[in-house]
Amino acid sequence: MAATLKTCVFTVVKNTTAQQGISKFINYLTANAPSRLLHQDQTHQQASIAEPISRPSGRHMVTLVPGDGVGPEIMAGVQEVFKAAGVPVDFEEKFISEISPNTSSTLMDVVESFKRNKVGLKGIITTPTFFKGGVLQTLNMRIRRELDLFANVVWVKSLPGFTTRHNNLDFVIIREQTEGEYSALEHESIPGVVESLKIVTRKNSMRIAKFAFDYAMRHSRKKVTAVHKANIMKLGDGLFLQCCSDISKLYPKIEFETMIIDNCCMQLVSNPYQFDVMVMPNLYGNIVDNLAAGLVGGAGVVPGESYSSNVAVFEQGARHAFAEAVGKNIANPTATLLASCNMLNHIHLEYHSKLIQDAVLKVIKSGKVCTQDMGGYSSTSDFIHAVVNSLP
Amino acid sequence: MAANLRIFIGQNLARRTNVLFQNSALNETKCLAVYQQSRKNSFAAQFDLVKGEALAKYGGRHTVTLMTGDGVGPELLSHVQEIFRYAGAPIDFEVVEINASKNTPIDMEHALLAVKRNGVALKGNIETKFDDPSFKSMNLALRTSLELFASIVKCKSIPGIAVRHNDVDCVLIRENTEGEYRQLEHEIVPGVVESMKIITAEKCKKIAKFAFDYAVQHGRKKVTAIHKANIMKLGDGLFLEVCRDIAKGYPDIEFNDLIIDNASMQMVSRPSQFDVLCMPNLYGNILSNIAAGLIGGAGVTAGINIGDRYAVFESGTRNSGRSMKGKNIANPTGILFASCEMLDYLGHHEHAKLIRESVFTVISDKQIRTPDIGGTATTLDFVKAIIDDVKPKTLAWSVMFQI
Repeated sequence: MAATLKTCVFTVVKNTTAQQGISKFINYLTANAPSRLLHQDQTHQQASIAEPISRPSGRHMVTLVPGDGVGPEIMAGVQEVFKAAGVPVDFEEKFISEISPNTSSTLMDVVESFKRNKVGLKGIITTPTFFKGGVLQTLNMRIRRELDLFANVVWVKSLPGFTTRHNNLDFVIIREQTEGEYSALEHESIPGVVESLKIVTRKNSMRIAKFAFDYAMRHSRKKVTAVHKANIMKLGDGLFLQCCSDISKLYPKIEFETMIIDNCCMQLVSNPYQFDVMVMPNLYGNIVDNLAAGLVGGAGVVPGESYSSNVAVFEQGARHAFAEAVGKNIANPTATLLASCNMLNHIHLEYHSKLIQDAVLKVIKSGKVCTQDMGGYSSTSDFIHAVVNSLP
Repeated sequence: MAANLRIFIGQNLARRTNVLFQNSALNETKCLAVYQQSRKNSFAAQFDLVKGEALAKYGGRHTVTLMTGDGVGPELLSHVQEIFRYAGAPIDFEVVEINASKNTPIDMEHALLAVKRNGVALKGNIETKFDDPSFKSMNLALRTSLELFASIVKCKSIPGIAVRHNDVDCVLIRENTEGEYRQLEHEIVPGVVESMKIITAEKCKKIAKFAFDYAVQHGRKKVTAIHKANIMKLGDGLFLEVCRDIAKGYPDIEFNDLIIDNASMQMVSRPSQFDVLCMPNLYGNILSNIAAGLIGGAGVTAGINIGDRYAVFESGTRNSGRSMKGKNIANPTGILFASCEMLDYLGHHEHAKLIRESVFTVISDKQIRTPDIGGTATTLDFVKAIIDDVKPKTLAWSVMFQI
């Protein structure tokens, strides 16, 4: 519709000799064009994605790591939806697993693929909780380290039609995920005494703080909250806090506040509406991600994404492989489907992204097809079929 | 004309400055105090990210500050956004509205911060009201506070545009922060105004080195230093001396120097002799306008301002084109080339090439041109032609997926 309107306007401009009409139209363009790209305005956003756009290469190659647990089933569903929607994306599938090492491709192979394609869709790789010698770092961590995926974003947003205790939530959690408690530096100095090192560096703290504020700017957010425990870890978390407040001065239009992690958790369950964008170090981010995902419906419905400066990897917001459901066809594919929509947005396929996202939201809103975690009895494949049928 | 100007300065300036400053002395000092205070407290003044860190680039996508400017700036930049969208360039724009009517220190500060946090900006020109002595050029303020020491204007003939010379291919590199542009002017006794031109060895070294490095990186053969050392023996003499010194470090690049008046004459009579030109501020300003005029005027040249940390891209001749505002006749070629340079700077060579080629196709092959380069097309016709040209190159799959 908008396309026709546009051609219409073009013709009008061509035919009319009245100076005023032209300048009016240009004013309209000038006034509206900037906001369209920043996705500030719903109607303009719709107008701008009414036509398919792509990139020079035509089709896109995207790395797909199905992961463990229900990952492979869900990814198959996603591919089915992509096919039905005619998304110009090809997947380069790489299976990697820590619990079945024999069938797994090598770490370098996977990292190479991510680096080559620059965009990836990733399931969750299960990490054993016991230590049987060898490398302390988990596979997930090593992939993140190799790719330098320093920022994790979880956009917690209530799904219309799926009622939980808190509705209409809409906030973003940004987590540093290369250092902190996840540095995998642990040792037993004398028998019975174990030291784990938590590393905080200025470089990485500055980087994540800037990322958080840039994200807030890009998505027209109003406030950034830095979450920390600087009252106890005065130096480590203190440095993080300092970096956040330094960077905040570069963004005078965005409000900056700080909150201690324990208080933050309490506020999240009692009054989560006060939050907008939150930025935090690694472990706190992990906990808050999961907590917040729980607020809007659990691991099955919240998408997440990880960024380095060159690579973007899209996955679930709360990372659980859901191994107990393997083969039972009961897992909820919503999180991964929404993550794949975010991925399409990222590679400028806004049109297809909207297509799939609308279909998913429509299915959820109708409330007829719900998986177990959403209080229904439908299977994974039922859900996928419902989404495919809702595509226009 | 010159006599008029002198009278204007001699009488009007003296009267107007006195009236202006005295009558609103209180107001003025207050404003100044607030401004200086804000400069002192301003984070932008002290804070600089190191190069590379400054770019807001995540997952391969950049955020770029878009400063709208005056005149035709806003409309042309909206066309650039539209074309970027169709070309699939991985760029997000952060739009900062800044123009001559929005010129408070706070607006300026916000614009500066926006460039500092993104590292790169695309900019329409901001008008400078030259009849109001209290109005400081915001373009200049931007350049000095971001330390954008080098300005580059590439002038290359575009095939198909009817101009007198078809063999222009030169790069004009201009010192961007000092010289005549320091805004140090005062009236010592009524009727006598002194303007100071500042030349420092440090900045000369920087710009000369930049020019030679540029020549090496881009496979150019010759660097010409432009000066007026026969009259300004000390000031321009220093510039020339430094250039000669630096030239010794680049034995593969030919070096010569030319006096500005002669250079202007040579530029219009035999422009093909020039390759890379290295100039102080004002001469650069004049000569790049001449060179731009040779290849088709203000609408077709791109300007790049580069510093150690930041880069700002704009149209080459820095005219705001107020007279063309809202008439749908401005030429978007210059700002499009500038945005291609920006894509190149950010490493998206593929997209830069795509857009640049489309512009050439539209101008040279399809012969859709705006009035300033001898055509009859409107701005929108031109933009639409480019989008139509870009689309098939990017939409290989649209045939099999039709809605």
